[in-house]
Amino acid sequence: MSDNEYTPSSKFGKWFNDRLPLLTLGKHLTDYPTPKNLNYWWTFGGILTFCLITQIVTGLILAMHYVAHADLAFGSVEHIMRNVNYGWLIRYVHANGASMFFLAVYIHIFRSLYYGSYKSPREIIWILGMIIYILMMAAAFMGYVLPWGQMSFWGATVITNLFSAIPLVGESIVTWLWGGYSVDNPTLTRFFSLHYLIPFLILGLVVLHIWALHVPGNNNPIGIDLKKPSKDTVPFHPYIVIKDLFALLIFLIVFAFFVFYSPNILGHADNYIEANPMVTPAHIVPEWYLLPFYAILRSVPDKLLGVIAMFGALFILVILPWLDTSKTRSAIFRPLYKQFYWFLVADVLILGYVGAMPAEGIYLLVARVATAYYFAHFLIILPILSRKEKVLDVPLSITEPVLGGSVSASAVRQRKDKL
Amino acid sequence: MSEKKVKRREFIFTATYAVGAVGVGATVWPLIDQMNPDASVKALASTEVDISNVEKGQSITVLWRGKPVFIRRRTDEEIAKARDVNIDELKHPEKDEDRAKDPEWLVMLGVCTHLGCVPLGDKGEYGGWFCPCHGSHYDTSGRIRKGPAPTNMEVPKYEFVNSNTIKIG
Repeated sequence: MSDNEYTPSSKFGKWFNDRLPLLTLGKHLTDYPTPKNLNYWWTFGGILTFCLITQIVTGLILAMHYVAHADLAFGSVEHIMRNVNYGWLIRYVHANGASMFFLAVYIHIFRSLYYGSYKSPREIIWILGMIIYILMMAAAFMGYVLPWGQMSFWGATVITNLFSAIPLVGESIVTWLWGGYSVDNPTLTRFFSLHYLIPFLILGLVVLHIWALHVPGNNNPIGIDLKKPSKDTVPFHPYIVIKDLFALLIFLIVFAFFVFYSPNILGHADNYIEANPMVTPAHIVPEWYLLPFYAILRSVPDKLLGVIAMFGALFILVILPWLDTSKTRSAIFRPLYKQFYWFLVADVLILGYVGAMPAEGIYLLVARVATAYYFAHFLIILPILSRKEKVLDVPLSITEPVLGGSVSASAVRQRKDKL
Repeated sequence: MSEKKVKRREFIFTATYAVGAVGVGATVWPLIDQMNPDASVKALASTEVDISNVEKGQSITVLWRGKPVFIRRRTDEEIAKARDVNIDELKHPEKDEDRAKDPEWLVMLGVCTHLGCVPLGDKGEYGGWFCPCHGSHYDTSGRIRKGPAPTNMEVPKYEFVNSNTIKIG
């Protein structure tokens, strides 16, 4: 790359760039060589950046009108909805924006799983991504508490009580988290403080995530290492920028559909009832994006083991690069992995579904089987596949199969032999 | 001689780290402890409840330290059911006699020991309470009989001030 040789054309630009090389950074970002075969599943990084900025901007505005107090919070949210100019729009964008953020992040994660983007040399990108994902869940959970409705209150009670499962110190930790003997005003004010902090932590981690990405460069659908820059790459600007913007436009149509046509469909009616510590709603469910983990928690009959299983389901993702050691990245060339990948997708969707259903009868049974399969996928299937699977021949470059008229390199070679 | 010098250095380093660690700990502790219950929260430690209007088979729920407390005036049948249990079969073995000082009055935190929901009264397979969140069943003594909750519902510190008043806390 020619980063070091870059000289701005204007005199002022050169003077500035010698003191703070921002223009060099800009040049690096626009010229950044990107695999030319990236498909639309690769546009979700840009979409996620958009989601983060949307949440920060709308959140900043909501904080100007919201009151973090147990007696006033519920009323202040209704005040935003009814009195504040465009308050309804900003709140609905923020509330549905959280769901859109998770929709995009799940597609982004499953893209990574399909094309093996978590494998060497991209483990740090993956781990940073997982930390971002965990912080997103913390931010979403605390944000959901702020309107101080029934679901807010009881969601907060159930989730903070997870920590009471820790032997010996559990109860003290929960009291410390609450700042009292139950979820109450001190809990609300600290959640507000942390809910404001976390997005900026995420922003910092996103910078590291992208920095770590720019060291090896993007993975690509066929999962091979590329020479950069070369015939196999295109500069980020304008090629990827325009593609990302087009995908963002489509994504915004979905986003706008929820905001303008069914802004409450992803929420729960119970949250329009003010928090009441005397009555638990008949059917407590977390937001949709947490349901698979909730199903895992409930499928284990023991309190401590249930909590361990739930956090384990997350942690297992962090160590994934060392569970799946197959050298072939893309599922395109891993016929067995490809099948198990879709089993996993189905498994997570099933967990999400049973997580929303009451924990009894057939639902409980399905949740238990699906939980067992989830762990088996990572702890048994992937390590065995890494060793035993017969992978297909991987092309030597992105151009080769195109020019050779076939997908696999061996087929190209065989054709040449026949000729 | 040089060996002696190295030992002195190491000692000074170790001592510096130790003092530094104590200093950091002492500085961080107030930042952590501020999140624990403050004086105003602790001040609400006890509450007195008038129970003169509670008939047999009725229960009332009062708020104590932000948590619901169930006060149930049990029927003779419920008491008999609670006492006629083989203690060894219980997940969390506790005698009903130890949970209810006066057998007619059962006072306990109305908080499920699983994840803190409020169980519903007169429900469940054991005629006591049922938690709608994750399906824990409690008996007429508030003991866990079935479901994910690990322990019985907690009995707070309470006393009968007179025959019409209970003081919780």
